[in-house]
Amino acid sequence: MFARLIFESFRRQQRRKLLAGLAVTLGVSVATAMIAVATNIGDRINSELRSYGANLAVYPDSDALEVEIGGVNLRPATDGAYLAESDLPAIKGTFWRHNITGFSPMMPVQVDLRTPQGKSARVELIGTYFRKPLRFGEDAFTTGVTITHPWWRVSPAWPTDDSYEVAIGERFASVHGLKPGDVVTVSGLNLKVAGIVSTGGPEDHAIIAPLSLAQQILGKPGAVRRVLVSALTVPEDDFARRDPKTMTPEQYDRWYCTPYVNAIAHQIMEAIPRSRAEQIRQVAQNEGIVLSRIKGLMMLVTVAALIASALAVSAAMATAIFERRREIGLMKALGAGNTSIGAMFFTESALLGLFGGLAGFIFGSMLARQIGLWIFDTQIAIQPLLLPFVLGIAIFVTFAGSAASIRRAMSFDPVFALRGDA
Amino acid sequence: MTALLAVVVAAAVTTAMLTLFVDVESKLRKEFRNYGANVVVVARDGGPLPFGSLETVDTVLDGHGIAVPFAYAVARLQGGTQQAFVVAGTDFERARKLNSWWQVDSWPSTPNSALVGARANSALRPQGGPIYAEFNGRPLKITAAGTLRTGAAEDSRVYLPLADFKAWTGVEPSSIEIAVIGSPAEIEATVAKIGNALPQAEVKPVRRIVEAEANVLGKTQKSLLASVAIIILTAALCVFATLTTWVLDRRKDFAVMKALGASQRAVNALFAAEAAAVGAIGSIVGFLTGIGIAAWIGRANFHAAVTPRFSVFPLVLAGSVVVALVSAILPILLLRRVQPAIILRGE
Repeated sequence: MFARLIFESFRRQQRRKLLAGLAVTLGVSVATAMIAVATNIGDRINSELRSYGANLAVYPDSDALEVEIGGVNLRPATDGAYLAESDLPAIKGTFWRHNITGFSPMMPVQVDLRTPQGKSARVELIGTYFRKPLRFGEDAFTTGVTITHPWWRVSPAWPTDDSYEVAIGERFASVHGLKPGDVVTVSGLNLKVAGIVSTGGPEDHAIIAPLSLAQQILGKPGAVRRVLVSALTVPEDDFARRDPKTMTPEQYDRWYCTPYVNAIAHQIMEAIPRSRAEQIRQVAQNEGIVLSRIKGLMMLVTVAALIASALAVSAAMATAIFERRREIGLMKALGAGNTSIGAMFFTESALLGLFGGLAGFIFGSMLARQIGLWIFDTQIAIQPLLLPFVLGIAIFVTFAGSAASIRRAMSFDPVFALRGDA
Repeated sequence: MTALLAVVVAAAVTTAMLTLFVDVESKLRKEFRNYGANVVVVARDGGPLPFGSLETVDTVLDGHGIAVPFAYAVARLQGGTQQAFVVAGTDFERARKLNSWWQVDSWPSTPNSALVGARANSALRPQGGPIYAEFNGRPLKITAAGTLRTGAAEDSRVYLPLADFKAWTGVEPSSIEIAVIGSPAEIEATVAKIGNALPQAEVKPVRRIVEAEANVLGKTQKSLLASVAIIILTAALCVFATLTTWVLDRRKDFAVMKALGASQRAVNALFAAEAAAVGAIGSIVGFLTGIGIAAWIGRANFHAAVTPRFSVFPLVLAGSVVVALVSAILPILLLRRVQPAIILRGE
């Protein structure tokens, strides 16, 4: 009997139910989309923060002191220790390898360069990777300055890795009248200018070359002066700053398994022998601050959105119920008790909440996907776990919205309701 | 009345979101200034900057930024290996404000006491104690007051107060690093102004900082815009639904008026006026509440006041009144064709 009442109610009052259902769907869509965006935005902005460049630097642990002013190295290049280039792919074998977006080895060396016009100049040549394909175990990946230094621009093209091509810094090029396609001579080697690079920094006065070339000129094959690593990290807290040696085994595991920049540095030091890795504080410290602010902001805005949509759904449900007070009056006049009336209306609300919530979840997911594509050019992933959560909230809000209205309608004298005076 | 409440809530939420959206950019830019200098001034030929450059820059900035001078020289340890190292002179108070990520255990406060970079520490004073340095034959005993750790080039240097540095080496500052607070347009304008004030110097933005900031801030603002648009739309629909129902609920009044001979236009005008009044009053109350909400969000997230944007008010007022009018007129138009008698009978 009860089931038939509910069924008939839906069958006969389709338009009313549809409008109420529409309101629930709309409210739930908004809530779903906002939750999806807010939970994902942390990761997205974290990826965008990588445009600041490397947040980790790796040095040989027994290195001599660097003597460098404004990008010009004054220490003889043969001084000091080196890292081994063959050890570098192990960076992509650490626990947090999927958080490491790229790394670039750096090998600066002072050279005498001869231009095609025959002029001679002393200049810094920096050996590095551009877009070098590497392998570690079964993983193949590409890394280089195109990933770790996104603000470096080259025209027309980067030199090929392991070739005899170079990129000339734009200041040096304009002073010495060099253009792409020119051939310069360094240490008896003829090098083709593949492009002019513009960095906005001291590299504009230098030459960027493949790492193998720098090693050949210096006469130290396989040597790397330092490595710059770009990694996705989480903001530091007090736990992250502790010395791992003072931690208990469980604390150490928790620290190791959280992508703090210090933990990643620790893992890099484990992977590369005789190295020292540390965070580049200018980048690593500040991205934590900026990320927390942005995440906090989106969280608060999402809360506002959830409240707004909850109010909208409640208002719609309240109105829908209140419109049917004559029906309620009729049922009471026919002898229905408050409990049975309440049960019937609450069940209807629950069903509306369920189906409206389902539809709202689907639309909300689609909306979130569109927003993700528009802003970040990537899909925003919807957690399947979100569905029961959203459905639960939808049913709860439709309940709460109907409750006050049902109670109000039930307190009306049936006579007034039947007369149409309510 | 529920109708008024709906308008108040919708106006409050809209005001809060719009105020936040307008304000967020300046709040976030302040956070981005933690990254340090976004403009650098160097002499064109690589030598020292003209005397008085720092004062000129300060005047141009007029409080909208921090400028820090840096001077560099290569000194050597006296005796032993005569290890060469870079010694720098700067204004510690300014540097501390500019470079908040510098990890310093204690800042120097006495003459000829220095901030020693972490790597310079282990290379120059492995057993501790002062650094006996010499520059061009002039010796100096440098007391190590604190250690500096940055993970970058600063770790290999020794930083002295600028006055002590100049007295010892005679070298003037060769660069001024500036953090300019403002939008890219304002930064460009400041760069141009400083360039005009110091024609012998080269003033350029730090491309890495400016570009990355533009990228992250742009994406954040787009996300906020999408969210704000969705919220305002929801609020407007909520008002629309509530007000439409409110008018429909009063169809008996409408029917009585028509039965008594009121013209359609008079009835329209009456309902429209009521709706407009509800919209106006609701938007005023909502606006004030919304400012409160925005202030709370500002305090909770940015620990800074969110300035109430009164420029938002006309928008909120107009929006509320328009939505209220549309919500009122639509049901009236729908009821127009229905005979008053039918409505009065209760159908």
